[in-house]
Amino acid sequence: MNIGIIVFPGSNCDRDVRWATEGCLGIPTSFLWHETTDLDGFDAIVIPGGFSYGDYLRCGAIARFAPVLNSLISFVDKGGKVLGICNGFQILTELGLLQGALTRNKNLHFICDRANLSIASTKSSWMKNYKKHDFISLPIAHGEGRYQCSHDVLKKLQDDDSVALRYADNPNGSIHDIAGITNKKGNVLGMMPHPERACDEALGHIDGKSILSTLLS
Amino acid sequence: MLGLTKEKENPINFLKVSLFKARVFVHLRPSVLDPAGEATRSATKRLGIDGVTQLRIGKSIELEIEAASKEDARLKIELMSDRLLANPVIEDWTLEFKDEQKALTT
Repeated sequence: MNIGIIVFPGSNCDRDVRWATEGCLGIPTSFLWHETTDLDGFDAIVIPGGFSYGDYLRCGAIARFAPVLNSLISFVDKGGKVLGICNGFQILTELGLLQGALTRNKNLHFICDRANLSIASTKSSWMKNYKKHDFISLPIAHGEGRYQCSHDVLKKLQDDDSVALRYADNPNGSIHDIAGITNKKGNVLGMMPHPERACDEALGHIDGKSILSTLLS
Repeated sequence: MLGLTKEKENPINFLKVSLFKARVFVHLRPSVLDPAGEATRSATKRLGIDGVTQLRIGKSIELEIEAASKEDARLKIELMSDRLLANPVIEDWTLEFKDEQKALTT
């Protein structure tokens, strides 16, 4: 069982994710340079946080054309699990694997804080260690995390039970307090909070551990 | 003679293309909050200008493109705008051609 972490020029949470998955959870993890197209042998893929391509044009707009992401679409079609964290979430929406878009925080600040989140759905296996309405606490660090979508898309997300995480105290103005969503099938999760920064007991919080541990289920 | 040889090697060299200059304006859809625009609007008051009721910030992308015709250029820029320059979930765009530049034969 292997996890692949996609690395773009400008990714900066790639090594944190590997520390969490390999160092804290003991899952073999490799880095995948964005120019690779071979995803064979991986059970799950993580798109980490950072500023891919300097976030030029829009967050994730240039990264979505990376060769590795063509392969990622087939990987997802075959049911492979993909987790996009922060910039990874932005890339997944630009790519169209997740609906909506992430826009500038309402208060214009880059917010680096700890956010209380409620588990909004346990439909997908990502949240299988939780019950609906459980609360967890994870770090957030973003300037463009305000989730935005049309009313039709919002209704569809709700009908499909695809809203995975909500902010208890909305920090960025996201529509319906949305902090993370899945695709309809449930194998793709995008979230602005950073589970990889809450896996090591040395950091004081380990609420991210159970989300990352589901990469292999 | 030289021309003939060249044409055999690479006939595409003799295709006529023109250079078009265009500008794509990308703006947030009206329904999308523009906090940067709002912050800028509040600065207009501090500057002493009253009455600015709306201020929204977009992007202007200037480009030059080689194409067989203006229509060809338009199709390419439309594709580029839909798929790269703007995110249709939150943004609209408009295209404006600037004066056609000298025809190029490459």
